[in-house]
Amino acid sequence: MARKPPESVQVVKQRRDAALAALVQGVPYIRFLNITFDRRGDELTGVLNYQDMIIGNPILPAIHGGVTAAFLEVTAIITLSWSQLWPQVESGAIALSDLTEGRLPKLPKTIDITVDYLRSGLPRDAYARAIVSRAGRRYASVRVEAWQDNRSRLFAQATGHFRMPQDGASPGA
Amino acid sequence: MTELPKQAQQFIDALPHAKALGLQIVSLGGGEAVLTMPYDEKLVGDPKSGVIHGGAISTVIDTCCGAAVMSNPGVAGASATLDLRIDYMRAATPGQSITARAHCYHITRTVAFVRATATDDDSGRPVATASGAFTVGAG
Repeated sequence: MARKPPESVQVVKQRRDAALAALVQGVPYIRFLNITFDRRGDELTGVLNYQDMIIGNPILPAIHGGVTAAFLEVTAIITLSWSQLWPQVESGAIALSDLTEGRLPKLPKTIDITVDYLRSGLPRDAYARAIVSRAGRRYASVRVEAWQDNRSRLFAQATGHFRMPQDGASPGA
Repeated sequence: MTELPKQAQQFIDALPHAKALGLQIVSLGGGEAVLTMPYDEKLVGDPKSGVIHGGAISTVIDTCCGAAVMSNPGVAGASATLDLRIDYMRAATPGQSITARAHCYHITRTVAFVRATATDDDSGRPVATASGAFTVGAG
């Protein structure tokens, strides 16, 4: 019995990047803030691409605290959803065409989020990574860290609780 | 309340992101602030339902809390958010504007404590509630 040869790197990357793009680009508010995601394997890094309109304090200048909160929340939700979507896309349980044709899984809903502001957000790109501390069937708990120049100098962090979509397995439901 | 609404609106308009969201001051003074954010399709978090993203609600609440702190008599200069916790009660009704009400209920020389509520047209059922700590004075 011959083992199936591994898929080519282009096929794997194309599938994963297309699935992620479909998930992120379906949300108008994520496009409005110009948040994108870098992917390395299944690990995501949120990128808040700088634009002048995200400034909240024009004198410093500093990124608006609400934008920082939104960036952390978006990174948490997308990371959480991606962690559920990944095995289904990899196994073929969800066809890529479902995602690219807009039959997307429902996103987790925020129950609460607490944001700590550690230093002011500078007028440049910011990055964030989320860690799913617990992913249950109904609830999930997520930590998020955001930084700009140095990974070890966070400018904000957050903890949030999310309600998982109950029909997450079936796209378009 | 409602002191200097014109200057207060000019202050809000000078904040690029508050302007991008079209935030409007309804009333301000004595440690209390009321702000509204009009519905806009670019703020939608769930394209199937048209519900506004929680992040946009966070922004109107954060701005409103900061305004409430700065409206305290004796507070000079800007205030920065130390932390802000937001609880989401329900989805905001698509098409309706969001109104945030913030009350700075305690203030020391260095820290201001604020609570806030966000509603849509149904003001009896909050969309979100929040509590936070803000800096007062330099640093």
